[in-house]
Amino acid sequence: MALLIVLIVALVVLVGTGIGLVASRRHRTAVLEPPPTAPRVPPEVIEEVRAEREAAEEAELTEVPAVEELEREEVEAVIAEAEAAVAEAAPVEEIVKPRFRDRLTKARTALAGAFGAIGGRKIDDETWDDLEEALIRADVGVAATQELLDHLRGRVKAEGISDGEALLDALKSELKQRLAGYDRDLHLSLEAGPTVWLFVGVNGVGKTTTIGKLGARESRDGLKVVMAAGDTFRAAAAEQLGMWAERAGAELVRGSEGGDPSAVIFDAVEAASARGADLVLADTAGRLHTKVNLMDELRKVRRVADKGAGTVTEVLLVLDATTGQNGLVQAQQFTEAVELTGVVLTKLDGSAKGGIVVAIHAQLGIPVKLVGLGEGADDLVPFDPDEFVEALFA
Amino acid sequence: MFEALSDRFEGVLGRLRGKGRLTEADVDEALREIRLALLEADVNFGVVKGFVARVRERCLGEELSKALNPGQQVVKIVNEELTATLGGETIRITYSAKPPTVVLMAGLQGSGKTTNSAKLARWFKSQGRHPLLVGADLQRPAAVEQLRTLGRQIEVPVFSEATDPVQVAANGIAEARKSGRDVVIVDTAGRLAIDAELMDEVRRISEAVDPDYTFLVIDAMTGQDAVSTAEAFHQTLALDGVILTKLDGDARGGAALSVKEVVGRPIAFASTGEKLRDFDLFHPDRLAGRILGMGDVLTLIEKAEEVFEKEEAEEAAARLMEGRFTFDDFLDQMQQLKKMGPLSGILGMMPGVPKEVRNAEIDDREIARIEAMIRSMTPAERVDPDLIDQSRRVRIARGSGTEPTQVGELVKQFKEVSKMMKRMGGMGSKRLAKSRRKAAKAKGKGKGPGGRTAGGRVAPKGKAPLRLPDLGAGGLGAPGGVPKLGKGGLPDLRDLGLGDDLPGR
Repeated sequence: MALLIVLIVALVVLVGTGIGLVASRRHRTAVLEPPPTAPRVPPEVIEEVRAEREAAEEAELTEVPAVEELEREEVEAVIAEAEAAVAEAAPVEEIVKPRFRDRLTKARTALAGAFGAIGGRKIDDETWDDLEEALIRADVGVAATQELLDHLRGRVKAEGISDGEALLDALKSELKQRLAGYDRDLHLSLEAGPTVWLFVGVNGVGKTTTIGKLGARESRDGLKVVMAAGDTFRAAAAEQLGMWAERAGAELVRGSEGGDPSAVIFDAVEAASARGADLVLADTAGRLHTKVNLMDELRKVRRVADKGAGTVTEVLLVLDATTGQNGLVQAQQFTEAVELTGVVLTKLDGSAKGGIVVAIHAQLGIPVKLVGLGEGADDLVPFDPDEFVEALFA
Repeated sequence: MFEALSDRFEGVLGRLRGKGRLTEADVDEALREIRLALLEADVNFGVVKGFVARVRERCLGEELSKALNPGQQVVKIVNEELTATLGGETIRITYSAKPPTVVLMAGLQGSGKTTNSAKLARWFKSQGRHPLLVGADLQRPAAVEQLRTLGRQIEVPVFSEATDPVQVAANGIAEARKSGRDVVIVDTAGRLAIDAELMDEVRRISEAVDPDYTFLVIDAMTGQDAVSTAEAFHQTLALDGVILTKLDGDARGGAALSVKEVVGRPIAFASTGEKLRDFDLFHPDRLAGRILGMGDVLTLIEKAEEVFEKEEAEEAAARLMEGRFTFDDFLDQMQQLKKMGPLSGILGMMPGVPKEVRNAEIDDREIARIEAMIRSMTPAERVDPDLIDQSRRVRIARGSGTEPTQVGELVKQFKEVSKMMKRMGGMGSKRLAKSRRKAAKAKGKGKGPGGRTAGGRVAPKGKAPLRLPDLGAGGLGAPGGVPKLGKGGLPDLRDLGLGDDLPGR
């Protein structure tokens, strides 16, 4: 409390005395700036134009309700279009089910070659530097990289590894070993009532999209799915999920914008139970793990989701593959708040490699369960450690 | 956000500073740690390599051997190289002579394009412009809907139609011309830099609207890939700058350092919170100061200026100095302070705040608690806290849902702080008169009051740099501890010429 008081007092002084400074500086710059080169137009013309513009602006303001009505239609048009696109694309996707590597090769070919050179060489200092660079550039992180390479050095000595190819293989096997032995299944509740899977993460990682894709997959597999629009903060988040629900043939339960996410999710679970649904996919608003109150809100969401008829079996952190070292901190904070059961690694179809999940496995023991490889409904696939490791060096 | 990086730098450089002689090994040792700090902060591998090599070369070259104090010299070199790497000046937005001025927003999925399009529109509006938002993201479900909702919140019209992105963008410009809008912000769909088809689409959008500014939106939490993404977008679109988002987390923003170095385009704007107002021009020069632990007073004052009522704040400061500061004033100022955003952010911008305080977990709800206590006081009690005895304390505690001891602590600390301020106010008045004379002289010479450098940073005039009250150890952690408002505290503000507008003249 002492800190607060001093802070406020200090600010009062700083502001009370400082504003004058900035204000005077503003004044100066205002004078220094060259006047806008206004076209030489007679004042009456300017007046006329201004009147016109004002009239136009007024008209615009009054037009707003009309625009809103149009919006519905527009949104529906977008839905229709999206549906058409999906319908069109679907048969193709059915034949070529995307696999990890198929999707990755597109991204990797552009980058490959950079570390292909390691293979055919004798092992020297440069080889080690190259390996370090490869790992760090893949966002594996400095600490994890050093630990890996130290281990590898021991192996090289013990096993007498002498050429680059074998070294690279040894490194890959080290990595695979660290990712092996995790339960990567998504579990359904054995008890009566619907299963609840909760999705959490920072802003913009793809929580809503992931739920959309997963909902489509699960309902295709014969489950009755309810999507809970627990992101009541971001504008139009519920609409976004609604469009996915429609595509997936799932039901959507939503609350009002700015409402209590716990209530929305509780209602969704109750509704699911009443309608005999099997699975509730609960969306939450993106939140930075540093925001104490938002993390508290999430704790409440997690508690309440379990309170009603349903059972929470999965709490999944959605993580963007482009995330750097901050990903580990995110996983740490989120698991402290809501005990994560797994990670969904999204956007792995780009050039980012998502190496931070190595550290998340090693340090927190949280496995990646799903991987997002694109925007289509079928682009969510189970995580495959072996292919992930191969891709790190591709 | 950049705090962790600055702590590491302080540690490493602190050790060097004291040394009289430096061997090559000393330098290498320090550089190894700096390298780790940068890599852990997600600075691009290549950028780190270059940075370390440059510093090493300069350290081991002539410069060091000639230097009187080699340790200091290394610190100086690191500072200079860091500033050069971060570098650049604040972007200056100029408006097209033939309106509308067109801004194109591009980036990966989820980097925050839509939200930041709205934030940018709000910024243009605050500059007295009339922006139009164009929703050309027809890919993500409800993206246009999101933009419309945001547009309504900031009262900026939104144009979109269900055709195709290039068409929408082109029609958006026409719409702006028709309705007399002078700035157009085109929000595009998120796309991967490696997706040739979508990159081609964004190139066609760019050709159709011929933007004055093309901004790449990058998430501050991005890792090593930030650079390749930025390079790819730069090749396709010729970027003018970067908008850095989600800076309010604890990511260390290494991406920020790297993009400038590799692509050669500055960070133009930064988004520092979820609210639409948490967005402003980015000042790279000030960032260097923050990383090196020198605070960022200018941003702080500018932010304060936005939310505080000038007259009121001046008056409050005056009353504070004269010892007439009441709980009512305190409450008022606290309300304003809340508008400035999270306290931890504000603290980060204050110079001379010790690391422990800066990193202390600050619960913004503490403000609410204090507010509740003050609101539970009677008007008489707010003016004269001495009235508050045990039974009143119990009543206040009950009214505010706190403990009587907490009320007691608040009253006690409030009194001590205001007493101290009064003492300093008295002390300052003599110096104030003196500095005003000085300032008047300086003005006569055609200079601003006090010493301001060209870079816009507040320059200490020989004296200790602008320092906050010593919030150091003892004062904070221990309950009931009184923060030490040491010498070299607030009165120094006047040495900086800040006192020009000090009340009480």
